[in-house]
Amino acid sequence: MFMLKLIIHRVYALILSGGILVACAATPADDAGHISLGQPISEADLQGWDLIVEPNGSGLPTGSGTAEQGQRVYAQQCAACHGQQGEGIPGVPTLVGGSTTSTPPNLTVGSYWPYASTVFDYVRRAMPPTAPKSLSNDEVYQLVAYLLNLNGIVAEDFVLDKNSFSEVQMPNRDGFIDRSQVQ
Amino acid sequence: MNNKQKTEVLDMAAGNGLINRRHMLSLGMTSFATVVASESLVAQSPSIPVWSKSPGPGASEYGAPSRFTGDIKRLAYPANPIAPGTGASRTPLHLLQGTITPNSLHFERHHSGVPDIDPAEHRLIIHGMVRQPLVFSYEDLLAYPQTSRTYFLECSGNSGESTGANAGDRSAAALHGLVSCAQWTGVMLSTLLDEAGIASGATWVAATGADAASLGRSIPLNKALNDVFIALYQNGEPIRPEQGYPMRMFVPGWEGNVSVKWLTQIKLTDGPTNFKDATSRYTELLADGKALQFTFPMGVKSLITSPSGQMSLQRQGLHEVTGLAWSGHGAIRRVEVSADGGATWADAHLDENPTDLALVRFRIPWQWDGGPAVLQSRATDTAGIVQPTREAVLALYSPANRYHFNGIQSWAVSTQGEVLNVYA
Repeated sequence: MFMLKLIIHRVYALILSGGILVACAATPADDAGHISLGQPISEADLQGWDLIVEPNGSGLPTGSGTAEQGQRVYAQQCAACHGQQGEGIPGVPTLVGGSTTSTPPNLTVGSYWPYASTVFDYVRRAMPPTAPKSLSNDEVYQLVAYLLNLNGIVAEDFVLDKNSFSEVQMPNRDGFIDRSQVQ
Repeated sequence: MNNKQKTEVLDMAAGNGLINRRHMLSLGMTSFATVVASESLVAQSPSIPVWSKSPGPGASEYGAPSRFTGDIKRLAYPANPIAPGTGASRTPLHLLQGTITPNSLHFERHHSGVPDIDPAEHRLIIHGMVRQPLVFSYEDLLAYPQTSRTYFLECSGNSGESTGANAGDRSAAALHGLVSCAQWTGVMLSTLLDEAGIASGATWVAATGADAASLGRSIPLNKALNDVFIALYQNGEPIRPEQGYPMRMFVPGWEGNVSVKWLTQIKLTDGPTNFKDATSRYTELLADGKALQFTFPMGVKSLITSPSGQMSLQRQGLHEVTGLAWSGHGAIRRVEVSADGGATWADAHLDENPTDLALVRFRIPWQWDGGPAVLQSRATDTAGIVQPTREAVLALYSPANRYHFNGIQSWAVSTQGEVLNVYA
């Protein structure tokens, strides 16, 4: 029994030392005991890959668009499912109008979404569902401008880009109660 | 021995036939067998079956269930043809025992289908407010120290149908099957964040997946550093494609949507990212038109899985009432069961020692006398929170809210033994 334990212990030690040797070959372990297998990369190299847009507009790409331009893109890419004016069809969300207090409530970009950044972020990463990430950044700006215009949030000739984004005031900006620190 | 005599010898724990389990076990299997056998036909002499007379097939490379259990399947509804790959399948809770969900039966919720990811080409990139952005391969993560933990995972839309005006004729799976439990193994996120170096001012962590929806969610950094890990294994084998192969973020106790599957991006930020699924969806509308945002932990909850909706009791006499309980606030401390619609309650037995953020199996013997009954269960967690009634949950929100429903489930048993989902 003692011998068996000893053998197991030695095999385990061999595996462990093997693992550490591999790690050491890549990068010497530092004082904090890091294994350090991650390869360094620069933030600049992640542009075009990182699609996150924050509420403050951080992450918005270069490009621009107006509602007028967006109407054409919407007709081609979105209207078949979301309706000619964003009114939706059964099984597909309404994008325009609505109210959080009607019966039933109608939660749309206009009545519910607190940040315009979410519209840009979501459309760019996930729409249209059959070909996500196929829209150019200009087309996404155009579509967002169009959806904001349909909801009466920006004018038809408002040029949406990463600088003008902060001027957009979403109607339901203060409609949410943050529970993240009440766990 | 008729039913009345039987109830006199058993130690009743609550009204309408609930029995003290320890007392029943102390009577021994003879007493249990006597009660059951009194209503059964005398067995015929057995013959040796054919499978005992010739050898069966040998070992196989990857096992499969018995062909006689082929009806134990996830409850999957047809996908929405407009949005390919969206939808869910539900764990058949009423057909399973114990607490570990087999990998093939773990619930699914997809927002743009299941990607076919080659692990050799997959990358996890940690960046944003860090000292040094880092790229990890799947092989890299396999070489890090692994941690195994058993945790439940529940979609925050689970049981949403129970908020509806009318109680539908549904099974436990149809109503509550968006919860499962597995032993997950992987690398602590804190280990990787430590190597990237957290910059001062970072307070949230955004995560996105490599599916076609590139689904994103963000969570507070303090949770990420506490118990969040990158899951690589599920019940001992590499996690299934529908659970995020080759890797998913696993956020114990929190609404399932934040455990981002096919994880490819971790970005530290100075605030919540407010992805679509943290604003347009997975927020709880209140009656005044405001909404709760970032309600992360799943509330204390339980349900009886047997007997449950669409089952039928085949005989009067002793039955085991059993079910599952869990809480996103800790471990389950107590589960009570009622057979009379909540008028009286009895403590159920809890299998094993309940652990934090995992499913617990509860059991209690029940003597069904053939009369009508309403079976309910009510869990209490280690935070002292008691599972609320359906009415109490509904009172918190707009009638349109479907998220985070954890109200008490009621199953009515008719005099014919039919079990039906009811509001009681």
